[in-house]
Formats: sequence, C-alpha cells, structure tokens
Amino acid sequence: MNMRKYALAASLAAIGLSFTLTAPVHAQAKGKQAQEQFFPVLVYRTGAYAPNGAPWANGFVDYIKLVNATGGINGVKATFEECETGYATDRSVECYERLKNKGGGATAFQSLSTGATFALTEKAPVDKIPLITAGYGRSESANGAVFTWNFPLLGTYWVGADVLIQHIAKKEGGFDKLKGKKISLVYHDSPYGKEPIPLLQERAKMHGFDLSLLPVAHPGVEQKSTWLQIRQNRPDYVLLWGWGVMNSTALKEAQATGYPREKMYGIWWAGAEPDVKDVGEAAKGYNALAMQHGAEPDAKVVKDILAKLHAKNEGTGPKDEVGSVLYMRGLISAMLGVEGVKRAQERYGKGKTMTGEQVRWGLENLDLTQQKLDAMGFAGVMRPVQTSCLDHMGSSWVRVHTWNGSKWQFSSDWYQADEKVIRPMVMHASLKYAEEKKITPRTPEQCKQ
Amino acid sequence: MGFFLEVLIGGLMTGMLYSLVALGFVLIFKASGVFNFAQGAMVLFAALAMARFSEWIPGWLGVENLMVANILAFIIAAFLMFVVAWLIERLVLRHLVNQEGATLLMATLGIAYFIDGLGQTVFGSDIYKIDVGMPKEPVMVLQGVFEGGLLINKEDFIAALVAALLVAALALFFQKTATGRALRAVADDHQAAQSIGIPLNRIWVIVWCVAGIVALVAGIIWGSKLGVQFSLVTVALRALPVVILGGLTSVPGAIIGGLIIGVGEKVSEVYLGPLVGGGIEIWFAYMLALVFLLFRPQGLFGEKIIDRV
Repeated sequence: MNMRKYALAASLAAIGLSFTLTAPVHAQAKGKQAQEQFFPVLVYRTGAYAPNGAPWANGFVDYIKLVNATGGINGVKATFEECETGYATDRSVECYERLKNKGGGATAFQSLSTGATFALTEKAPVDKIPLITAGYGRSESANGAVFTWNFPLLGTYWVGADVLIQHIAKKEGGFDKLKGKKISLVYHDSPYGKEPIPLLQERAKMHGFDLSLLPVAHPGVEQKSTWLQIRQNRPDYVLLWGWGVMNSTALKEAQATGYPREKMYGIWWAGAEPDVKDVGEAAKGYNALAMQHGAEPDAKVVKDILAKLHAKNEGTGPKDEVGSVLYMRGLISAMLGVEGVKRAQERYGKGKTMTGEQVRWGLENLDLTQQKLDAMGFAGVMRPVQTSCLDHMGSSWVRVHTWNGSKWQFSSDWYQADEKVIRPMVMHASLKYAEEKKITPRTPEQCKQ
Repeated sequence: MGFFLEVLIGGLMTGMLYSLVALGFVLIFKASGVFNFAQGAMVLFAALAMARFSEWIPGWLGVENLMVANILAFIIAAFLMFVVAWLIERLVLRHLVNQEGATLLMATLGIAYFIDGLGQTVFGSDIYKIDVGMPKEPVMVLQGVFEGGLLINKEDFIAALVAALLVAALALFFQKTATGRALRAVADDHQAAQSIGIPLNRIWVIVWCVAGIVALVAGIIWGSKLGVQFSLVTVALRALPVVILGGLTSVPGAIIGGLIIGVGEKVSEVYLGPLVGGGIEIWFAYMLALVFLLFRPQGLFGEKIIDRV
C-alpha cells in the first residue's frame, strides 16, 4: 500500500516538475508563434478541377516555402495549412470558417473560385480578413471604396474580356471593322463564366458586333450541342471562358466540328498546360490570355525554387511542373499575399506578425516597382503593380499566348484594359452593391487615415 | 434540314455511348438487385488503369509499338477490374446477402467514394491520355444533298459501333447461356436461386467482373474522347436518366433509352436552349425520363412488378 502511495506521489511530482520545466518552453514556443504569419491555402487537389487546381496549389505552397528558406518575411516565419475545397462553394466556406482563426488569425484568403468569392465577400468584412482574388472574383470589387476587403489584384474578368475584344479589333484592323462580326462566348455556366457577359454586351453595343452566349453545364464534358450551334452560326471568333476539363473538351469538339483553333481565344484560366496537353497538335494555333505571366521556366524565382526546394526534395508536386502557367499563377498569388504583409510591416513594425487589418493596409498600398520585382526574381515575368485605397486591382497587364503544339508562346504585345470602358461599369456595379448592402463608400480623405 | 439531321445523328451516337455506361447499371441490377452507384467510379478507375499502364509499359518492357502497349495495358486493366470485383464480393456483398435493397445501395455509394479516392491515389489526378488510334477529324457526307454536307464525327461513329457490338454480345450472353440464366434467377430471388443450387457468391463475382469489363470499354471510349480525369465519373450520371427511362432490368431498354436521351438532350439544347438561356441538356434528360415514368413507372422495358396482397 505504501509503495502505491509512494508511486502515486512520485508520479504527481514528476508531472508537476515536467510542467514547471516545460512551462517556459511553451511560453517560448508561444513567443515564437507570435513571429509566425499564417496563410490559409484553399486548394482543390481532388475532383473534376484537380488537374488545374493542383499546379496552382503547388506554386502557392512552394513560394511560401521559398520565403522561409530565405529568412521568412523580415524574420517572421510564414506558416500555412491546406484545406481541400473540391472547387465547391460550400466546402470553401467550411474551409474559411475552419482556418480563419488558426495560427493566430489568417493573413488573407485566396479561394481560387469566383463562386466562393461571392460567398466570402460577405464574411471578410465581419472577420476583418482580406480576400485576394488574383485574376478572378467579382469585377466590381476593384472599387476599394466599397469592397474594402476584396483585392482582385492584377486583373478582373472585365479586364480579360476587354483585352480580348481589343486584340480581335487589332487583328481585324480597328474597332470599326468589328461591325457585323459574329463573336460567340462559350462559358462555364457558373458565376465565373457569367462574369464577362456585361462587359462583352457593352462592347457589342459600342462596336456593333453580334454576341451569342453559349453556356456549358458543369463540369463541361458534354459540349456536342454547343459546337453544333457554332458550326451552324459560323462565328468569326469564339471566346472560351472555361475551367478544367471544359477547356480541353472545347478544343476537341472544335476539332470534331472543324472550327479553326486560330479563331479561338480563351481567358487566362483557359490557357494553361492541362487545357491543351492531351489535345496536343490539334490545339495548335489556339490562343489564350496571359495575365502578366505565361509559362516561365527560365525565371529566376523558378530557378531558386528548383535549387532551394526541389533539389533537396522539399518541393511540392512534380519537379517538371515548376514554372508552368498555373504553377506560376499560384506562386504569384502567394507572392502578392507575402508582399502585402511586407508592406504592412513597413508601417506597423518589421519582424512582427501582422493582423488582417494591417495586411489590408499593406495590400491597398502595394508598390511593386520593376526594380523590386526584378530583385525578387520576377524579371520578365511581371510588370509593376501599384494599388491604392480606391483601386484594389492595381495595374492590369495582359498578353496573348498561343499553343504551338508543344508549348505556349507569347504572340502579342502588352495590353491594358480601357479604363474609359471599365471604370464606369465598375463604379455603377459597385455603387449598386453598396446601396443593396447599405455600405457607405470610403472617401479619399478616409483613405488617408 | 441538314443541320437537324446533324443534331439527330450526334444525339444518336452520344446516346449509344450513354447506353454503354447504362449497361453497367443494368447488368448488376439484373444479377443482384443492387443499383450500383459505383459504376461511374469503376469507369474512372478502369480508364485510369488503362491510361497509366499504356504510359508505363513502354518504359518497363521497352515496347515501342503503341498497339502492343495498348493491348498489354488492356489485359492488365481487365485483370485489375477482376480483382476489384472479387474484393467487392469478398469484403462487401458477401456480408450483405438478403439485406434490404437500400442497404446494398448505400454500400455501393461507399464503394464509389472508395474507388474514386483509390484510383486517384494510385494513378494520380492529372489528365491522362488514352490513344487507341481513334480518328479525330470529322467527315462530310451527302455534300450533294445538303449545303456544306452532313458532318459526321468519325470517333463517335466508331465508338457507337463498338458500344453496339458489346451490347449485342451481352444481350446474347444473358438470353442464351446457362450463366446468363443463372444471373437472371439470382436477380429474381436470392434465396430461391440458392435453394436450387446456384452459387450466389460466384454469380456475383462474375457479374461484377462483366460490369468491370463494360466499365473498362466505356472508360477507354470516353477517356479517348475527353481525356482521362475525374470528370469521367459524371458520365455515369448522364446514364442515370437512361436506366430510369429504359428500365433497370432490360438490356434493350438501356439501348433504346440511351438513344432517346441522347437525341432528346441534343435537340432540346439546340432548339429550346436559346429560348431559355441555354445549358438545359442535363436537367432536360432527367425531365424527359420522368415524363416517361408518368406513363410507364417501370420504364420502357422494365418488368412490371405485381405483388399479391
């Protein structure tokens, strides 16, 4: 009996001692945790859109790893956690709820889904977490006066649609030559696919071309009737607003109905390797937009990732995918989040963890000059980006690239969206949203605070 | 007129491919009374196996001839489908003999999710290619009769022929062979079939193997058309209205149902779609099937079930 008492006492003493000894360690760990910046990563590595979602996720995660391999964000370690959404809005919201308070609070969310962006736009202001939607999301959210927490950095779908019409007009010899032309939009029947319609309708009114709208149901594997309609109408150009398997299916159906691929133009989500690689030669001549970057195997940042991560077996995903179009999109998306934190640190304290509100300030005061971009390894990949409190998109630089049967090659000069067309539409739609949601838009004076 | 015929022919050929997938549902239901929700997952798994083995075999064995690599890949994929069938019988169905139909249905739902995940884990979730030499360019016929001619998709035409041959072979198997008759007996009544000496477990393995081969052929055809990736499972969903319409127990029903659904969805999308904003073909197929059910609840060729009270 005594032995049992001794044993119990010894156990309790040991537990007490270990608690006393480890308490400072926990405190230290907590102290260390304070020097961490948490990035939630909403991904889709499974499901119908996995072939396109996985390279984006790999690029995103690799950039976070690269930041840590090179000293963190001014000494602050970037942490991350992936959450699988399957490109479903409900699961994206679930992931948002699960991750928003992790790691001391999420830095920013990037949903890689326009449907999810619509849902999260309501939540971000409540939780005070920025929503970065680089190249997707709501086009009118470029107005930072109304959409305080949304950042459609680098470009919106209205930018994409506008550039496509500019490019077609250039090919035809001017906007006046568009009169009477037929342009068909083959689009994913979802918030993503519907997003360019108002801009295209506006441009159709301005230039007198005939716009026909052809929705394709998710996931886009059945397009025979769509392409039979195209064969009947014989449009001069087809704009492709697809995602995932819808893109390669469209190209195969174009081949099966004899529609020339040279007359097809995709948005930047319909212009990556998974969209064309199993179509191969048959996709030759197909064009798509490149939002800033294309495939960038020679970029310095790509070489750094290969040397510092993949050479040590610390990379994410297959090595030969590094530098591909969607990998770069994910990488740049992560870079924008990290730069938002860096910019915020300049104001709120270098080497400190930034809150969502502070990161928001950083994102709306981004000043990525060419010099900075070049130093970060993005020379030849990106052009400068500056944002402001009222302009949450920043400059939009777009090129066209063309599939030559084995790789994407740039086939145009740089374009920017026509502000005279886009700005009134952004203002109209965003102010309408503000009225519906009873939001008082910020004034330039409020922005200075 | 020429355009209408193109839509009609396109619909018929797509419908034939739906029939092929629907056949997988019908086979298993006929033999075991189970509505196999895992048929789509089996199509994806089989197609992934075929695509990946045809890619790996040249590296493993030094085979350079594409046809030889494809044949070897087909044999391995077929063997794999037999193993899957055997495991399903051993680990799931054997323990559910004489259980409620709903229990068996839920079990197949579980199998579907498991096979989906397993396939992507083992073979990857990227887009893979099956190249069995199907022609991709269209051909124009009757150019003298219709302006611009009639467009026929050669790939769809060959696929529809293969599907038709397979359907005919299976119909013969069910009607004319002892095993086929045993399968039908098991479908009617598990206990009665067992009491006259039909080995239930063996029959189930056979029918899941046959359904596996059907899934493999469907996977090769659809995979060659669309590329092999996760969306192939949704093709199975396109076959659901086919079995609702054709009847769950009828092989000819799967064919006629497939053709009606194929034509119905293409014609509706092309001629009604523009009036209501388009994108209607998926739900229109289900609506068409439900309208048929109003008049024939057992489907076009399904067996009328009469229970004595």
